[in-house]
Amino acid sequence: MSFLRRIGSAIRIPALSILVALLVGAIFIVVTDIEVLGLLLSDPIGALSLGIGRAASAYSALARGAFGDPASFSRAFESNGDINIWARALRPIVESVVSAVPLIFVGLGVSVAFRTGIFNIGGAGQFSMGAIGGTIAALVFGAGATPAPFAILMVMLFGVIGGAAWAFIPGFLKARLGASEVITTIMLNFIATNILFFLVINVEFIQMPPYIQPVSKELSQFVELPGILPIEGLRLNISIIIALITAALVSVFLFRSTRGFELRAAGLNIAAAKYAGMGAATSIITAMLISGAISGLGGALVAVGTVKQLSPGIAGSVGFTAIAIALVGGTRPVGVVATALVFGLLQNGSRLMQIETSIPIEMLLFIQALVIAFIAAPDLTLGILKNPFQSVLRRAKK
Amino acid sequence: MRLQLQEITKQFPGVLANDRISISVDKGQVLGLLGENGAGKTTLMNILSGLYKPDSGKILIDGKERIFRDPAQAIAAGIGMVHQHFMLVPVFDVTESVVLGNEPTKGPLGSFDRATARAQVVELSKKHGLHVDPDAKIESLPVGVRQRVEILKALYRKSDILVLDEPSAVLTPKETEELFEIIRGLAKGGTSVIFITHKLNEVIAVADKITVLRRGAVAGETTPEKATPAKLAELMVGREVQLTVSRSKSKVAEPVLEVKGLNVLNDAGGLAVSNVTFEVRSGEILAVAGVQGNGQTELVEALTGLRLADSGSVLLQKKPLPFGSPRAIATAGVAHIPEDRNRDGMVKGMTVAENYILNTYHLPQYSKGGLLNRKAIATATEQAVKDFDVRTPSIHTDIASLSGGNQQKVIVAREFSQNVRLVVAAQPTRGLDVGSIEYIHRRIVEQRDAGAAVLIVSTELDEVLALGDRVAVMYEGRIIGILDAKEATRERVGLLMGGIVK
Repeated sequence: MSFLRRIGSAIRIPALSILVALLVGAIFIVVTDIEVLGLLLSDPIGALSLGIGRAASAYSALARGAFGDPASFSRAFESNGDINIWARALRPIVESVVSAVPLIFVGLGVSVAFRTGIFNIGGAGQFSMGAIGGTIAALVFGAGATPAPFAILMVMLFGVIGGAAWAFIPGFLKARLGASEVITTIMLNFIATNILFFLVINVEFIQMPPYIQPVSKELSQFVELPGILPIEGLRLNISIIIALITAALVSVFLFRSTRGFELRAAGLNIAAAKYAGMGAATSIITAMLISGAISGLGGALVAVGTVKQLSPGIAGSVGFTAIAIALVGGTRPVGVVATALVFGLLQNGSRLMQIETSIPIEMLLFIQALVIAFIAAPDLTLGILKNPFQSVLRRAKK
Repeated sequence: MRLQLQEITKQFPGVLANDRISISVDKGQVLGLLGENGAGKTTLMNILSGLYKPDSGKILIDGKERIFRDPAQAIAAGIGMVHQHFMLVPVFDVTESVVLGNEPTKGPLGSFDRATARAQVVELSKKHGLHVDPDAKIESLPVGVRQRVEILKALYRKSDILVLDEPSAVLTPKETEELFEIIRGLAKGGTSVIFITHKLNEVIAVADKITVLRRGAVAGETTPEKATPAKLAELMVGREVQLTVSRSKSKVAEPVLEVKGLNVLNDAGGLAVSNVTFEVRSGEILAVAGVQGNGQTELVEALTGLRLADSGSVLLQKKPLPFGSPRAIATAGVAHIPEDRNRDGMVKGMTVAENYILNTYHLPQYSKGGLLNRKAIATATEQAVKDFDVRTPSIHTDIASLSGGNQQKVIVAREFSQNVRLVVAAQPTRGLDVGSIEYIHRRIVEQRDAGAAVLIVSTELDEVLALGDRVAVMYEGRIIGILDAKEATRERVGLLMGGIVK
């Protein structure tokens, strides 16, 4: 019972924040709708109902894009196990999980740094360097299109090394020279992006023939990650399982290990950590190495297993979304996984929303930003939900 | 009645901070508000100054009910607060500091009218006997004078109800005496003063009337004529309290700590500890007295590895102290109760158990193969919580939610958990309630009796005199006198603290 209550109190604020962000997002959808605005003066009631209708259809598309269409599911149940119909019904939810995989990795990575009091904003750069490492490993060790455990291990190892090496730089600079990790990690994001760009347009070993497009060779010819769903066309592979195992390991590391204890102590109170004889510099570098390794592992698995190609946009906005996820998830591995899944659903669902209602995908960034704002101001969130009119009424009475 | 608070109640989540508290103060009267930390003094004053709204109860000024929505309204009603931590800008001069926020202006652009401001400040300080140089920079002033500036600030805003929150915490005994003079003068001039403190002697010395708070409620009211320190302590704590530490004569043996010609620099690179030489022997308590900021902090930091020494030698049991390594020093048998427990002594956000092993977590009994042995940690912590009477719902409670006294007990328990040869205790009872002070003093004396050498640094004269077998006084980085317990009278130590060597 108390366990359930603890979970309840832990997710109350994040869950409410997401809910309130969606509500505010709906208002935003309504007030930016030109037709609704046109009707506003001549027919306010009509404008209101039209606006509510628009928001409802947008969120309906979002939900169907994220979870799947109930109609497709009922068709799948009636199909007597037709694999193709099932695949179509399941694809949205599976794709949502696929979208969540990079978010889980980078979310975990930045969480380890945050726990140590380091604001690592370099998740994107570390992810990119991991993707580069994984791609090179795939090209070097990949024998063909069949799953080869050794090649996969090398892909993971190179991803870990790429990300860890990239994160070591800001870690070392902070520990030794006191350089702000906020600045150095942001700068290293740009450098990573450009290294990646350089590799896919200048290095024949990597670039896809006939060497025109800025992308790598198709990696599926070299290594493929085994899928975990027995249905053709659903591209969920073992990377989600590796992500969950990583989350479990991070949890053990942070909360059960001696090193993790030092990291958390340094993150909460660096003065007390020094007083207790813990080496602050070691903690900073350790945290950054682990943080980068996890993000890099994600980059390698996503490049090789999901996108199956190294391309300049591979990191996308994962670095910043991961920061949001780490904060919403309370920098706890369980929370990070859960939040990443929610954000995966939103990300994937917003694609169908854009197709059906022409509300741009950027709307999602707006909602994500609102989530962060509401997490940062829990009183505001609770206040909005409690009763928006309560305080007005109380004032009116006086 | 100039000011009345009637039945003030304020509930915070989980705590009834103020439970129908009623206090009153007359024109020209000094009310001593006595209570331990957490008794509700600060909450009550925050309500009076408009920071909090009471759940119920009334504030009456001259018999009329007033409601303060924000501090500005409280100030307008004549209530002036002097906080424990001064709110002054170091690079401003006294005149600027006093008028800041209500500056007299001249000309169409409303530029600062310095001459008028200065004249007003001079007049005000003359009228109330608060001697300050109106042109001195705040950063060049000693704390006692800065406090006068804070009081002037309140008076400049036409406050005639002055609230002083723990005003003597940062003062020398002499400065405290001067402050009392000022308070008496203000009261004579018609100002009502509320003097908040947890020091028993002070309320008796300065108040006309004493109200004691305990656990958010009024525990009793009395007058200085009728009150005795023992009686007040009992009201404060709710039981009989031993005010003096009972201790046997110490069996002094060989020196444990030998400090010779130690120089330590402060953060700014100035000489904070200057050519300090002393020793502490097994079975004795050396108490270092001195006003805050005379090098004690740097001395302790150097001895415990938090700061490198500039030059000089320190021997711990005849071996050179491993400067700069808190862990090596702790392993050598030094227990360190840090001056600022919030900053150094504990990690808020971690549990009682995690804080209990904060510097021993790496030892084999707690850590195996890189993983923490949670069972062993829990067992050891449970035992420590029992031994040291730590009041906590569980060992897995965040230490931040414990009272200051219980937090300090966790720290002391941790520091005394290993083999102790030397205790370095800096301000070990700062901000604690009487009950916890008594308890921690007893524990420190126990260590002495068990043969440890004890170095206590304290700015509280009472503590120094109660505990020290010998008393050293630090002034401007030097030790300007070491007295035996029987020579160390309040007057002599007080003079030395002010830098006066006879």
